[in-house]
Amino acid sequence: MSRNRILIIFAHPLYEKSHAHKALVSHIPESNYITFNDLYELYPDFNIDVKREQKILEKHDIIILQHPMYWYSCPPILKQWIDLVLEYNWAYGTKGDALQGKFLFQTITTGGKKENYNSKGKDRFTIYELLEPFNQTAQVCKMIYLPPYVIHGTYEMVEEDYEKAAKEYSTVLTFLMDNKLPVNGILDQTYLNDWFQKQQQS
Amino acid sequence: METNFLLEAIIYLSAAVVCVPIAKRFGLSSILGYLFAGIVIGPSLFGFIGEKGQDIMHFAEFGVVMMLFLIGLELEPHKFWKMRKFILGMGSMQVLGTAAVLFYGTQLLLDWNWQTSLTVALALALSSTAIVLQTLKEKGNSNTKVGRSSFAVLLFQDIAVIPILAIIPLLASDFSIAQNEDLSHSIITDFPAWAQTLVVVGTITAIYFIGKYVLVPLLRIVAKTRLQELFTASALLVVVGVSYLMELVGLSPALGAFMAGVVLANSEFRHELEGDIAPFKGLLLGLFFIGVGASINFLLIFENPLFILIFVIALTLLKFLVLYFVGYVYNNNTDQNLQFSIGLSQAGEFGFVIMSFSTALNIVPNNLANKVLAIIALSMLFTPFLTLINERLILPNVGVKRKEEKPDDPVIDEQNEIIIAGFGHFGSTIGRLLRANKLNITVLDHDSDRVELLRKMGFKVYYGDATRVELLKAAGAEQAKLFIAAIDNPQTNLKLVELVRKNFPNLKVLARARNRIDAYELIDQGVDKFYRETLYTAVNMGVDALVQMGSRKYTATRQGQQFIRYDEETTLKLAKKRHDKMAYLVTVQEEVELQEELLKQDLYAQNEGNDHAWESDFLKKDSQEERDLRF
Repeated sequence: MSRNRILIIFAHPLYEKSHAHKALVSHIPESNYITFNDLYELYPDFNIDVKREQKILEKHDIIILQHPMYWYSCPPILKQWIDLVLEYNWAYGTKGDALQGKFLFQTITTGGKKENYNSKGKDRFTIYELLEPFNQTAQVCKMIYLPPYVIHGTYEMVEEDYEKAAKEYSTVLTFLMDNKLPVNGILDQTYLNDWFQKQQQS
Repeated sequence: METNFLLEAIIYLSAAVVCVPIAKRFGLSSILGYLFAGIVIGPSLFGFIGEKGQDIMHFAEFGVVMMLFLIGLELEPHKFWKMRKFILGMGSMQVLGTAAVLFYGTQLLLDWNWQTSLTVALALALSSTAIVLQTLKEKGNSNTKVGRSSFAVLLFQDIAVIPILAIIPLLASDFSIAQNEDLSHSIITDFPAWAQTLVVVGTITAIYFIGKYVLVPLLRIVAKTRLQELFTASALLVVVGVSYLMELVGLSPALGAFMAGVVLANSEFRHELEGDIAPFKGLLLGLFFIGVGASINFLLIFENPLFILIFVIALTLLKFLVLYFVGYVYNNNTDQNLQFSIGLSQAGEFGFVIMSFSTALNIVPNNLANKVLAIIALSMLFTPFLTLINERLILPNVGVKRKEEKPDDPVIDEQNEIIIAGFGHFGSTIGRLLRANKLNITVLDHDSDRVELLRKMGFKVYYGDATRVELLKAAGAEQAKLFIAAIDNPQTNLKLVELVRKNFPNLKVLARARNRIDAYELIDQGVDKFYRETLYTAVNMGVDALVQMGSRKYTATRQGQQFIRYDEETTLKLAKKRHDKMAYLVTVQEEVELQEELLKQDLYAQNEGNDHAWESDFLKKDSQEERDLRF
């Protein structure tokens, strides 16, 4: 059975002070099939090495953008990365099909609670809706965009909660690595978390 | 009278000026020179100074007080706290152990009463702070493990003198004598015991607060006058004043001076005070040793030479063995332990103080006290010879060979994880950035003025030639994680990197390079973290030139970033390539060929390296094609 190769594009400008992301990152399984790409560590001057990034993207099947939610979007280096790396006639355009058929989803942390992220909550939209620009970018690049994997309410979490969330993330990654992804049943979910929970139950 | 004084001064000074250089010439410690000078001019040989030696002694003991002030100055409280385990542990083991063995030994073998035995045992248990510290300093061992162990024991002894002097009167068989006028120069002797304690504690507290809130501001005012001699006078006043105060309440002036030193150690005047007091201390200590030499009563020795000689040998051996045991318990290795135990194996100047004190109380018979004085002096006399024998004959054959350390060797006691060599404009900028981020650095620099200045600014900067392996080891290169080579002179810097790579292969090296040629040399050394001082400035300037010519700043900045990355890649590439070419002989020629190669590479890179981020010309073209297809 062929396994999925996972690339985690990680962006956090103050990683050393993030409890949630430290826990998540430390639980990423050690595997030759998982690559961890820490953008702020690699390119502190935002001077992204486009060729290098394109080369690793080509080698992976599932691309995860892992970052905290800042102003309903991603940290700036990730936008820089998208601008620079997803080149015309490489990622999109008539000859651009380097990313075709690859899966893309986001692992996101929010300080606010889950209840806030819907039409009646104070954030007015679901995370999935807020991520439409990413979704559309993935569509243009002929990728399959999956619902986000979200850890809500990090402001109120304590050490055990981080640990619990991180362990779950670890099993999700292992599951994604070892199983062929059935597109049906995923795309209609609001959270990848929900889909994974159903997988666990069945 | 005046002529007499001048004549005496001439005798002392000329004896010192003649004898000390001779001693030094033969590789002996200067203390031995002073002792000889004392013997020569003393009553036993030429008799130039006669009984007056005693007066001189009293005056010269002030040298010991000043020495303790300096010890205090060099001892910051947090260091003392860090060393507390050694001071209390090693010190108490040594003092109590030696005193106990001496006490039982003399009780068993000699017909002394127990009071005499105890007093003599306590007097002889102490070592000579003056001799040991001077020797350590001259050999540059102050901050080695030997130095620290010795210092810990000596400090405990210096403090132990106070309770010893307090106990001795209780030993007097006739308490009326203990109350006699010899003892009552302290104004509080007549007070009840609790009041005495109160006064003592009060005085010590007062010294702390006066030091902190009166002396330091006062020194600041004095320093503002910019009169060097006024500052010296203030420094002397501090020491004399504290000593007087302590004597007034019946405490040791040495202890007071020590405490004053500790209080002032944290002030910005530490080094100035040190520098001002040091010559006085040196001179007075010299005088003190001349006095000791002069006071050795050779008649007594000739009367009973065997007793004294055997006693000296037994005493030295005993002290050596106890010290060796203490050092062994505290994990000194063999050669460190030999240096430590032999270095401290003599009796000390506090022995003189205790003996004269107890003679006054009739605890020790006068004749015996004189013999003990002779024993102390002789044992002090033997130490430099023993040290010499140890260095020349024993150490070379035992354990690890010690490195030769020069007296001007730097003082390094930190074990920081980062070492910066070279603290000019380049290195100091790095140092400031690191310190601003709360990282402790050990700095090596060879410019003594700069070292002094930066120390005043609170940097831990040390003086020395960084290209010596011993210095690097002492700076903790074996334990450090990061080594930053930032010396101004490229040749020296390269030599340093070579040395570090060879001797400490696990140490990560960041190296400064003046230019591309230096960078190549560094690459050959296996250094991949090299920083050309010209590259980043030149590129920044180039970027600004682009901006001046109408480029948008961010575009120009990105061009600069690309250029640096690409230039670093070519540097690595060309570094390897350059060894293939036999023609690379002359540096000038090398430079020319290099430029040629670079220019070729640059042209290539311009076609290859640019990305098209945020451009939209091709997108317009693309949508045009799509439209064309539709129609």
